[in-house]
Amino acid sequence: MPVDLAEIREIFFEESVENLNRMESNLLELEKGTVDSELINSIFRGAHSIKGGAGIFNFEEIIAFAHIMETLLDDMRHEKQVITPSVIDLLLRSVDALRMMLLAVKEESDYDVQEVQACQNELKNILNVPTEESDEKESNEEESDEKATSESSESSELKEPATSDTSTTGWHIVFKPNLSMLKTGNDPINLFDELKRLGDLEVKVDISQIPTFSDLDVQACHLSWELILRADVKRAALEEIFDWVEDECELHITALEEFSSQQETESPLEKSEEFLIDKCEGAVNQIEQPIPHFKKETDREEISQLKTAPIEHKKKVHHQTEANSIRVSINKIDDLINMVGELVITQSMLEQFGENFDSSRISQLRDGLSQLERNSRELQESVMRIRMLPISYSFNRFPRLVHDLSLQLSKKVELKLSGEHTELDKTVLEKMSDPLVHLVRNALDHGIETPVQRQAAGKPETGELRLHAFHQGGNIIIQISDDGAGFDLDKIRAKAIQEGLLNPDDHPSEEQLYDLIFQPGFTTVEEVSNLSGRGVGMDVVRRNIRALGGTIHVESKQGKGSTFNVRLPLTLAILDGQLVRVGQEIYILSLLSIIESLRVQTKLVNSYGGSAEVYKLRDEYIPILRLYDLFDIIPSTTQLDQGILVIAEGEGQKIGLFVDELLSQQQIVIKSLESNYKKIQGIFGATILGNGSVALILDVAGLIQRFHHIDFQEN
Amino acid sequence: MTSETTKITKKYLTFFLAKEEYAVDILCVQEIKGWNKATTIPNTPDYISGVINLRGTIIPIIDLRLRFNLECQDYGPMTVVIVVKVVSSGKKERIMGIVVDAVSDVYDVAEDEIKPPPNFGSIISTEFVKGLATVEDKMVIMLDIDLLLNSHELAIVESLSDELLTEH
Repeated sequence: MPVDLAEIREIFFEESVENLNRMESNLLELEKGTVDSELINSIFRGAHSIKGGAGIFNFEEIIAFAHIMETLLDDMRHEKQVITPSVIDLLLRSVDALRMMLLAVKEESDYDVQEVQACQNELKNILNVPTEESDEKESNEEESDEKATSESSESSELKEPATSDTSTTGWHIVFKPNLSMLKTGNDPINLFDELKRLGDLEVKVDISQIPTFSDLDVQACHLSWELILRADVKRAALEEIFDWVEDECELHITALEEFSSQQETESPLEKSEEFLIDKCEGAVNQIEQPIPHFKKETDREEISQLKTAPIEHKKKVHHQTEANSIRVSINKIDDLINMVGELVITQSMLEQFGENFDSSRISQLRDGLSQLERNSRELQESVMRIRMLPISYSFNRFPRLVHDLSLQLSKKVELKLSGEHTELDKTVLEKMSDPLVHLVRNALDHGIETPVQRQAAGKPETGELRLHAFHQGGNIIIQISDDGAGFDLDKIRAKAIQEGLLNPDDHPSEEQLYDLIFQPGFTTVEEVSNLSGRGVGMDVVRRNIRALGGTIHVESKQGKGSTFNVRLPLTLAILDGQLVRVGQEIYILSLLSIIESLRVQTKLVNSYGGSAEVYKLRDEYIPILRLYDLFDIIPSTTQLDQGILVIAEGEGQKIGLFVDELLSQQQIVIKSLESNYKKIQGIFGATILGNGSVALILDVAGLIQRFHHIDFQEN
Repeated sequence: MTSETTKITKKYLTFFLAKEEYAVDILCVQEIKGWNKATTIPNTPDYISGVINLRGTIIPIIDLRLRFNLECQDYGPMTVVIVVKVVSSGKKERIMGIVVDAVSDVYDVAEDEIKPPPNFGSIISTEFVKGLATVEDKMVIMLDIDLLLNSHELAIVESLSDELLTEH
């Protein structure tokens, strides 16, 4: 059967993106100072699987690049490479370069070859710098391990430079397969046969690592070999032979001359002697131990990989903002299947009723129908849950963003994420990503001060940026807060007066002032940086959030910091709606936007400025919007006391919508008007009612805006 | 005969509007359905009758009589909605319904049989007319449906999120 490579390709790209993201977050974790071998292993595995995947499709550049990264990471995990911020930074850049290459290959476009080359060269440079080595010989057996590693670092150093790829008269090869190599179907014999073809081969087997019989796993490879090949071949030819097992063994290839010179200082034989002693001691002292500790190096790795592999699967956080597919946990699917099963049962029950129905069974029918209602509601909820993703998908990109931006701005920022598991609809999540990035950029650029400024203000040098998500009612709330400078209200005021947005005699409330920052083109920043300050952005952020049916509010204290509260609906697909009637038309208001509905007491209605009407509700004056007027339809009544006033809130403003009648409340499936028509101000979308007709869903914030607009025109 | 086979002919669906016969490319016609009351959308031009539910999708309905400033006529049993697929800017496909008096026939019309419309100056707008063709001794007005349903009120406004993307 032909394998569909295109499909595998897709999977490869998706997985690679996941791998890159994981590598990135792990690297950032490393930078915080948590040196954890598991982290490095995880990064290494990421690079390794990308290399492996790229191998299938022959993406040569990616393979080469990933290979170099892998070598460096390998050094890191064997503690041959000191982990410094600059190394991490380079690795982060390499991750970016890899990502760029992958994207280029995916879209069959070009990538920035220079950047990749630069990264690659820097990686090579690091690999070539000799790592700290202790030349002193130590008899301590612990040290022998270290020596072994320092020796292999030399050889890996030799392996890298292209100049070493010259032919010599012979090669010395140390080949130590991992325990699991045989299980992957690689047989050393075949490799040796291959080598033999190249020339005279001398094979020495090292059996020192075979454990005691009781511990022996017959499928594991406990042997290692020392090979001397006397042939005039290139190093590449040898590497090619070991290509298949390269990642499943420890392999050191040295030219014979170099080897003999090395042997004078420390020979592998000596080493194996030490191992042998070690083994004896180990065997005697710890005969009960299942894992002899002389195999420390390879074993430790094996074990940690084994241990962490399943955990890794569980933890796997993938970030695929642009992916078209969605990963759903089996649990959710199982739930769904159960629901469908129940639905089928209910359906067949109802069908039976239909076959011979008489009025005596009407109560049974009612029960059946209510069961059907419950089933379909549950089914609906389960289906919605499939679309729900944890917000960590979006939050995951911020550690990197904050890392890069704080470097760029030379600010010290600590990012704290909480509530990453809060789930919300995939569409909302995707559409929120850009606005969130914008808010985070702003907080870093304008909010948090430089370390010097912070110290002067008596605050800790490191600023704090918090992203917090939680559910409240039927909404999800995302808070972006910083402990930076906060908003300077006087500055906003002055600027607004200067721009003519405010009259000098106006006394706007704090809230109104904050509202100004969402005005298009409004900025108090004198200098435009490449990050922000052009005054575009916040208005777009707000518009985007509004388009999702959400709101944004600012709280700020000068000198203490500011908080942006973004409130979003959990899903775009369904809302709880209140049906209202105006004339012959039925409109729907989201229950969340309705504060209360009341019968108008005419004595509380005051006119204002001649035409506008306000209603005194307790301590507030609320403007009255006669929907029939705005929509130009013939109502049942124009008398305020004959209809209903629905007090609704949008964008923090209240308005009284005058309608003829309140109808039922029901769950509304939101249908887009935009997909076939276009967005209309004041209309959030449409839905299909039980009788198949279409009803429009009102958007309170949009109505208020439109109302103001009309006011303005009339004036 | 040979000359006819080399001609590029297309099938057109024709319909009546105030006794005039109009034609649209049949490939953009999705279905023809009877008239059902549409839900009016407030503050839109007259010719947008409203939106209807087409098997779960909300589609706008355009009354072509009103669109062409023809005299208004009550909807009767022959009144039909032709559901068409329109390619809008950015290759986005939209579905819309047009209300016409009655559907007439399907004709084969060769490309070169379509003559450019005569210029009536500003009396009659010919911006949506692709040309005129003669079929069975009758004149048929060929409409450019993509142009018609992407003009004025129906034009798509660029989506908001694009702005944010281009800004960075």
